[in-house]
Amino acid sequence: MPHVHRPAPELAIETSGLAKVFNKTHAVDGVDLAVRTGTVYGLLGPNGAGKTTTVRMLATLIRPDGGTARVLGHDVLDEADAVRSRVSLTGQFASVDEDLTGRENLVLLGRLLGYSRAEARARADELLHAFGLAEAASRRVRTYSGGMRRRLDIGASIVITPDMLFLDEPTTGLDPHSRNQVWAIVRTLAARGTTVLLTTQYLDEADQLADRIAVIDQGKVIAEGTPGDLKASVGAGTLHLRVSTPDARPSAEQLLAQALNVEVRLASDPNALSAPVSDPGRVAHLLAELSRSGVPIAAFSLGQPSLDEAFLALTGRPVGNPAATKEEAA
Amino acid sequence: MTTAPITTDDATLRTALSAGPRPPRASALSASQAFAWRALLKIKHVPEQLGDVIGIPVLFTLLFTYLFGGALAESTGTYLQSLLPGTLVMAVLLVTVYTGVTLNTDVATGVFDRFRSLPIWRPAAIVGGLLGDLGRYLVASTLVIVLGLALGFRPDGGVVGVLAAVALVLAFAFGLSWIWTTLALILRTPSAVQNIGLLVLFPLTFASNVFVDPKTMPSWLQAFVDVNPVSQLVSAARGLMHATATAGQVGWVLLAATALTAVFAPLTMHLYRSKN
Repeated sequence: MPHVHRPAPELAIETSGLAKVFNKTHAVDGVDLAVRTGTVYGLLGPNGAGKTTTVRMLATLIRPDGGTARVLGHDVLDEADAVRSRVSLTGQFASVDEDLTGRENLVLLGRLLGYSRAEARARADELLHAFGLAEAASRRVRTYSGGMRRRLDIGASIVITPDMLFLDEPTTGLDPHSRNQVWAIVRTLAARGTTVLLTTQYLDEADQLADRIAVIDQGKVIAEGTPGDLKASVGAGTLHLRVSTPDARPSAEQLLAQALNVEVRLASDPNALSAPVSDPGRVAHLLAELSRSGVPIAAFSLGQPSLDEAFLALTGRPVGNPAATKEEAA
Repeated sequence: MTTAPITTDDATLRTALSAGPRPPRASALSASQAFAWRALLKIKHVPEQLGDVIGIPVLFTLLFTYLFGGALAESTGTYLQSLLPGTLVMAVLLVTVYTGVTLNTDVATGVFDRFRSLPIWRPAAIVGGLLGDLGRYLVASTLVIVLGLALGFRPDGGVVGVLAAVALVLAFAFGLSWIWTTLALILRTPSAVQNIGLLVLFPLTFASNVFVDPKTMPSWLQAFVDVNPVSQLVSAARGLMHATATAGQVGWVLLAATALTAVFAPLTMHLYRSKN
């Protein structure tokens, strides 16, 4: 470790009854979190669930209205400066200066963090190279693609490798290639010992990256555990079926409903339908049965439960109006 | 588009992540310098931002000199001698609004969040930004003065007088800028900051002694023009440029700049710290 400090506390984040009220809305309503040092922790929830507000309180950007929070052993209110010197935040909207070039953004951060001019330049070039931005280094960020901007943004957060990194929806709006790059960066950081708290709307992402996940809804934690725990509580996944002709769908629906004893969902595509599956092993039998009954199958897949399905399972109601409004950016 | 593939076994990424020793915390001065550097870079990269606010004083200098100059004074040349210090003030005061616009844009885009989450002297982002913006004010001053000299502006105070006048205008602009930084942290959008700024500055600039001798105005308007801080600043700048300034004129402007800073700088910092 490059710098010496007190032995790391076992919990990197410890909150108790954390709360924030915006205009009488309980954005965060009594959140208890315990994040072990050196792990990746996922905060999973829909827009407006309170994820961003929670992260902003932990990063000392806004003051909690209730409860307590300690980050790396420091109270976010009483020892905000100590917290700031050891954490880094990559906000939901790329927090880099669009008028400056990629290199200038990183040099600025390096200077602000105490590097000399020459050191800051060297560090900027090192990061630009590592993040595949060397060729774009002298271009204004305004001209960057979403993925490039996000990589620069994360680069800006690790000019000094932080002990704790907050990533607020790091892959929202990114294409799959850029998303994989961001995932690789997160994994490398975690492998190096940085504790990562990431928020996401995608169960898949939390599953890929996080050691533990808290599901947040309406400012409250409604479920917590390892990805395995969570998926077990949600069901193994969803069987998606496409029949060859629309008239075959009713018989497929009937068969599925009987065999799985669940509600079968009909998609807007007249050939498609889906059903939650608790035991993937049953799917093979099911397909054979469909085939025996003469239902012509064009395609099938067994998908991970989506966040919608996780929500339905955890709360008994669907996610309210997903992807509509941005989470309160206040 | 550069998208060099990144994989978990990418050695450069791992090297970059295990960077060398952590540098000592940046001093208040070097943090402020870094922010000033950023403000100067913006002048370099987005010079067009100056365009619209500089355009107005340049246009007015030309318009008033040649269209009304002859009617308002003995000749267009004579008129320019008193007009130019006024359009200098107008140019710089209009540019100050951009300080607020820039800060509000930072808040809106999230850059502000990053700066606020850094372990630095907290006023650095604002103070440094303002110091960098003095560079922008200086560019505006230079443009107006060069235009004036080309049109026949011949100040009696010489180079020293002109520099002193510019310095005085910048001092006042620094104080005034704190009003816009305060507004920038209250208002919701950059264009709201710009609109309010211009809405305040235009009447103050016109109901002053910039373009017309107040003696020709009705007495109620004269009363306002006399107490208008823009008039006071213009009188002092004119005085310095033509070597007729009094200590009282200069002192008043410096006092006003100090008072503006004393009230609005702490207010800005309070809003900056408590911004949700």
